[in-house]
Amino acid sequence: MSDSNTVTVDPFEEERPKETHFHARMAVLNIRENWAAWNGYKLANYFYDAEYEYFCVRNGCGTYDICGMQKYFVTGKDAEAMLNRMVTRDISEMNIDRVTYLVWCTDEGRLIDDGTVFKLGHEHFMLTCGSPSLAWLEKSCYGFKDVSIVDMSEGIAALALQGPTSCEVLKKMGLKDIDTLKPFGIKHFPFGASQDKPLMVSRTGFTGDLGYELWIKPELALKMWDSLYDAGEDYHIQPFGEAALNMARMEAGFIMPLMEFNEALKTIHFRHDHTPFQLNLDWLVDFKKPHFNGRAALLREKHDGPEYTLVKLDIEGNKPAEECNVYSDKGCENEIGYVTSAMWSPVVKANIALAMVKTKYLKGEIWAEIYYNKELRSYTKVSRCTVKEKPFWTHSRSRATPPLPY
Amino acid sequence: MSSYDTIIIGAGHNGMVCACYLARRGQKVLLLEAANEIGGLAAKREFFPEFQVSVAHSISHFSAKVAKELNLESHGFINPSCSLPTVGLNRNGEHVVLAHDEGGAASLSGVSEKDLASFKNYQTLMYRYAAMLKPFWGTVLPRIGVSGISKAMTYAKLGLKLRLLGKSDMREFMRIAMLPARDLMDEYFDNDLLKALLSWDALIGSKMAPRSPNGPVVSLLYRMGGDFEGAHYLPENGIESLIYSLRSVAEASGVETRTNFPVEKILIQRNESGLKVEGVTMPDGEIITATRVVSSADPHRTFIDLVGVENLEIQFANRIRRLRSEGYVAKLHLALHGEPKFNGLAGPEGRMIIAPTMDTIEFAYDDAKYGEFSRQPVMEVIVPTRYQSELAPPGKHVISAHVMYVPKMLKSKWSVDAREEIKNKTIDLLAQYSPGLKNLIAHAEFLTPEDIESNFRVTGGNWHHADHVIDQMFMMRPTYEAAQYSTPVPGLFLCGAGCHPGGDLMGAAGHNAAHEILKS
Ligand SMILES: Cc1cc2nc3c(=O)[nH]c(=O)nc-3n(C[C@H](O)[C@H](O)[C@H](O)COP(=O)(O)OP(=O)(O)OC[C@H]3O[C@@H](n4cnc5c(N)ncnc54)[C@H](O)[C@@H]3O)c2cc1C
Repeated sequence: MSDSNTVTVDPFEEERPKETHFHARMAVLNIRENWAAWNGYKLANYFYDAEYEYFCVRNGCGTYDICGMQKYFVTGKDAEAMLNRMVTRDISEMNIDRVTYLVWCTDEGRLIDDGTVFKLGHEHFMLTCGSPSLAWLEKSCYGFKDVSIVDMSEGIAALALQGPTSCEVLKKMGLKDIDTLKPFGIKHFPFGASQDKPLMVSRTGFTGDLGYELWIKPELALKMWDSLYDAGEDYHIQPFGEAALNMARMEAGFIMPLMEFNEALKTIHFRHDHTPFQLNLDWLVDFKKPHFNGRAALLREKHDGPEYTLVKLDIEGNKPAEECNVYSDKGCENEIGYVTSAMWSPVVKANIALAMVKTKYLKGEIWAEIYYNKELRSYTKVSRCTVKEKPFWTHSRSRATPPLPY
Repeated sequence: MSSYDTIIIGAGHNGMVCACYLARRGQKVLLLEAANEIGGLAAKREFFPEFQVSVAHSISHFSAKVAKELNLESHGFINPSCSLPTVGLNRNGEHVVLAHDEGGAASLSGVSEKDLASFKNYQTLMYRYAAMLKPFWGTVLPRIGVSGISKAMTYAKLGLKLRLLGKSDMREFMRIAMLPARDLMDEYFDNDLLKALLSWDALIGSKMAPRSPNGPVVSLLYRMGGDFEGAHYLPENGIESLIYSLRSVAEASGVETRTNFPVEKILIQRNESGLKVEGVTMPDGEIITATRVVSSADPHRTFIDLVGVENLEIQFANRIRRLRSEGYVAKLHLALHGEPKFNGLAGPEGRMIIAPTMDTIEFAYDDAKYGEFSRQPVMEVIVPTRYQSELAPPGKHVISAHVMYVPKMLKSKWSVDAREEIKNKTIDLLAQYSPGLKNLIAHAEFLTPEDIESNFRVTGGNWHHADHVIDQMFMMRPTYEAAQYSTPVPGLFLCGAGCHPGGDLMGAAGHNAAHEILKS
């Protein structure tokens, strides 16, 4: 019998997933107790039902906890030079209070990670990305005299609010002129009793629709959640988990680590990683910039053309082509690539997939050999695939300022 | 329009060799030296009024090919008829002496019959290996992974050379090349002094002691590739004759040399077509343009300070950062009122090594690697005035000693007091072998690796600019992507000790770099 006065030590404390700044509220709403983990933090796979959450995001709005995302403050006189050498895009023309999506590569031009840079001041940037990157940032800083990196992953609470009613909700929450915020813009708002503007909102997201991300001090996190949910009550606000996010991002054509790409610093086989060209991210590689990491290698890649290219496939039938290979012939003899993500898209009403296909076969026929299961029996089916150039789904409101009322 | 075809940074002997080759092929060459004297680590300097010395005090393997091609002999660089004896000093005068006569025949005294017999075998084998490796020190070693007939040939030749050794010698080479020096010596010899003496040239200059792995035997074979088969020598007019003959050839070839000219930055044009070297800038903002810049400054200084990381790739810059280039050799220079006497020696002849056993070396190293003074340092001593009396006023002398191991990163930080302490300790030790020494001293100078770093602009004060150890040798020197003298920055080349084949007064780095530049 344990004495009620003894403190019991949890021998697995270090191993257990940590709780994010919004956990107290999310735990109540996580009816299914279905938790996944992201960088050591509990993150819902889904709260109630993935499809339901997906429809909320597409028809109303939803919140997604991005506390697990890595956030770094990069500051100092050399902050811009250091970042600009690291990433393939040119950030030297960025204005303050703007965000840009970008990638960075090894010396050999292999993709390390994608992320966003927030320009918060002339010598103050915030870099966000999916995986812990301190080691790489430290290496990237080496030799620059005035730049410092502070890991803010724990020190900032961040929540994404995505979906057609998101702007309305923020307006209702009292964020003045939020509708004038342009895509990839940042605005700062008063919140609570604080005199300064502790709430930062960026018009960014990962669903292809109108959406925002909210950034605030951890102490104000729950308070912000509450006022957001108060404001959102009439707008179908609902938390969504990783599963619904994955559906939405696939329709938008966004890539995910460990799905579309492997981080180059983590692969063992030297060709199991990717270049931005393979991932169709040519537009993020700015050769007008005189120097950046991997430039020479990427120039060669551009000249030679990537061996594989990530494409969007519209696949006949309704069986998701998950984890299948693709072929240049219906007989499935000549394998030309593999599917990275696949789903039946409810809004597009199509069987969609992202796939890595050998570039030289892109002009010809593409067939997917799909495996599926019906009441414990496995079946195979070969379906014709059509390459789509545009994202499967977008909406004009995601680009309009002000976004049209919904 | 660029004013020069090539600007060379640093007038150490490698920068000068490179300049001579380029100018002789018609290039307009500007050689810029930060110091007010040319010569780099081999520069002669006055360390006390009327007493002169150079940091590098003897030669083991200056390239005969370079000497011949540049005709250095007719400019005053003349090999002596005989090399310097190497003396393993013993406090009681029971020295081990390794000497070579004018015909090159070796004689070894102070050891047993058994060691004498072993020495013959050891020497025969080592010479064969040294001769086998010799051509590769003077060759640009191709990038790994790049195909091409001539590149493949270079490696095929190395393979062939190994094969020509014959099966058993080849196997033996593969076995001993990576041995710690101690294992090799213990295998052959009994005499402690002899073992310490023979392992000396495997170790000096890098962060290595007798028990260290990392290819000391390769370093030893490197040094055994000289004209006197590993024995050190002094040219007829001393070390300075190397530098002055190079200066004379440079002048005759049209090289323009400016001293007191510290390059502040390598100027790099940045535009849509990428990076391209344009020239150099000086501290006062002056710009000198050139088609290419060749740096004999060490890799760290060249890339991190002069080029700047904003022009480099991240992993490359971090490999340069991680180069092991901390110096562990300090210099003691003594101005003496008279000739020093050493117990049991007729005169202060040759290269005298104070290292009674390999353990003494090892323990000296152990202290230093943790940032402490060695309780008992080890050293190599020469009396240069014995061979070149002009270095001091008549009847007066100079002692030059390489003192190991003195850490660049002293845990308690370098200070005037710290330098004084180690200086006195070193003199005390030396006086045990030369009892009257202290009364002769007019002035003593002690240069710590930190002093060498700041006075000679060499990162870490490192002898080789970057340790000469197996992971920093050959096509990995200083690191891949920069091991063929060209660098990732178009128009920038390296030509100093930090490139293949390495440091010492040899001239091969300057020669190979010129060869590569003239090819492109
Ligand atoms: C303590 C010590 C003892 C040694 N003893 C011996 C020995 O006895 N025998 C032997 O063979 N080797 C010896 N060595 C090694 C040998 O001296 C070096 O390996 C060799 O001198 C390197 O020649 P280098 O021309 O490549 O470079 P250095 O001689 O170092 O010359 C480089 C030159 O570049 C100049 N420079 C650097 N930066 C700039 C700039 N920004 N602008 C302009 N100029 C610049 C420097 O001032 C220097 O003159 C010793 C080394 C040390 C440290």
